[in-house]
Amino acid sequence: MGEVLTDRLPLFPFLSPGDDPFTPVTGADLRRLDGPVTRVKLPTGGWTWLVTRHRDVKQMLRSDAFSADAARPGFPLLRQSPPQSAEGRRGGFIRMDGEEHLRLRRMLTAEFMIKNIRRIEPLIGQVVDDALTAFQAGQRPADLVAGFALPVPSLVICHLLGVPYADHAFFQQRSVVLLDRSADPLAVRDAVAGLRSYLGRLIEDKRAGATPGDDLLGRLITERVRPGELEVGELIGMALLLLIAGHETTANMIGLSVLLLLQHPHVWERLRGDPAQADAVVEELLRYLTIVRQGLPRQAIRDVEVGGRRIRAGEPVTALLSLANRDADVFDDAEEFDPYREAHQHLAFGFGVHQCIGQPLARAELRIALTGLAARLPGLRLAADPADLPKRDNSIVYGLSELPVTW
Amino acid sequence: MSGVAADRDVCVGAGMCVLTAPDLFDQDDEGLVVLIDESDPDPALTQRAVLLCPSGALRVTGN
Ligand code: HEM
Ligand code: SF4
Repeated sequence: MGEVLTDRLPLFPFLSPGDDPFTPVTGADLRRLDGPVTRVKLPTGGWTWLVTRHRDVKQMLRSDAFSADAARPGFPLLRQSPPQSAEGRRGGFIRMDGEEHLRLRRMLTAEFMIKNIRRIEPLIGQVVDDALTAFQAGQRPADLVAGFALPVPSLVICHLLGVPYADHAFFQQRSVVLLDRSADPLAVRDAVAGLRSYLGRLIEDKRAGATPGDDLLGRLITERVRPGELEVGELIGMALLLLIAGHETTANMIGLSVLLLLQHPHVWERLRGDPAQADAVVEELLRYLTIVRQGLPRQAIRDVEVGGRRIRAGEPVTALLSLANRDADVFDDAEEFDPYREAHQHLAFGFGVHQCIGQPLARAELRIALTGLAARLPGLRLAADPADLPKRDNSIVYGLSELPVTW
Repeated sequence: MSGVAADRDVCVGAGMCVLTAPDLFDQDDEGLVVLIDESDPDPALTQRAVLLCPSGALRVTGN
């Protein structure tokens, strides 16, 4: 790879200003970036190419010159990787390439396609309604994250997968550790091991029953595990990925969206309007908030050019979705939150073969949760100083860990 | 006549095409893209779906 002096490179990941969770990269950090594809220093000691333009990020994520396999030596890591066994990674197709990735992903695509998500919209509506009823009945002020933003997607993904929601404290505590780049590597390994054995037991119970159940895990047992197409160790890893990706992301989107919308009172009106309007608001929220703030890590597996830079085989590369989503070549007034714009080109769900498989579910949850809030709590307001809200600066998925509100 | 073609070997079932142009695209039981209408009635919309397809499975055909 050759020697690169990292001392003078800007330190990545960038942090939002403490009092402004909506600015992904400060002006000071932006000024230190030496071009649209530039080297930055990683907290683990090495460096990575940072790709920041919309078209370069698209090209990179669609190219087969990059690997998503974090077990490769030289892969850009934000924390020291825990001493993870091959077993601990099995089934985690978000970090696989080529046929290996496609084989597992394709077992799930039908489950998450728009027409199937449409079928469960009434269920999402019920979950949102019940959560709001409980929230309204509780004390004020109340934490919207713990009382609404987190339980809604958790309940939905538990129902879809066939995981008992009663165990949510167990898996939520561990998923926070998994996503926290400041967590101790051994704590991460224990969190993974705990979640895998929990899901392993659950899957064994379903397999032992006469009918594994009409939920995603049950169906995969009947249709894939029993005929010998899928091994239990792989199913455990797929379940783990879906469980974590399925609630952490949407939960943080809901929390941050509410904070932003409280500063834009007229947008609540749009949400109370027709569903098509709500869809447009949700797309702009996805663009503007881009909660996967630390970008998507990859490693070049052959020499390739991105944005005019020659990237050599073996070099680490990170696609910074948050800046690509503020690219002035694609979005007018990109720094402004504008619920009337056409935001559909945003890259908040990534791009290429790993593009979020859960996006139809995430869109439905966001639309139903936010329109539900708009309809039932029209007097919603913040009950804390926005500068004091605790942010998840060290998490792979950015957001607020608390949002005190009243109404 | 221009048209649109979909390569099911490349499709990753993200459903962006169905979201963008539901009258043109559908997903089958495996979640992979199927063309409902190959005639490309709305070239601008087709172009948008081609641009948004994350895997590069879609392309505009013909002249
Ligand atoms: C607003 C909410 C969400 C956002 C912003 C989001 C974002 C992302 C992004 C950026 C990726 C690409 C990762 C990469 O290329 O390295 C991804 C992949 C993924 N997401 Fe989501 N996601 C969200 C909701 C969900 C939900 C609700 C699920 C639930 C099932 C889910 C499941 C997945 C899975 C399984 C992958 C891996 C796909 C693959 O590797 O082929 N996500 N997501
Ligand atoms: S947008 Fe592309 S990858 Fe997604 S379903 Fe359509 S053809 Fe397949």
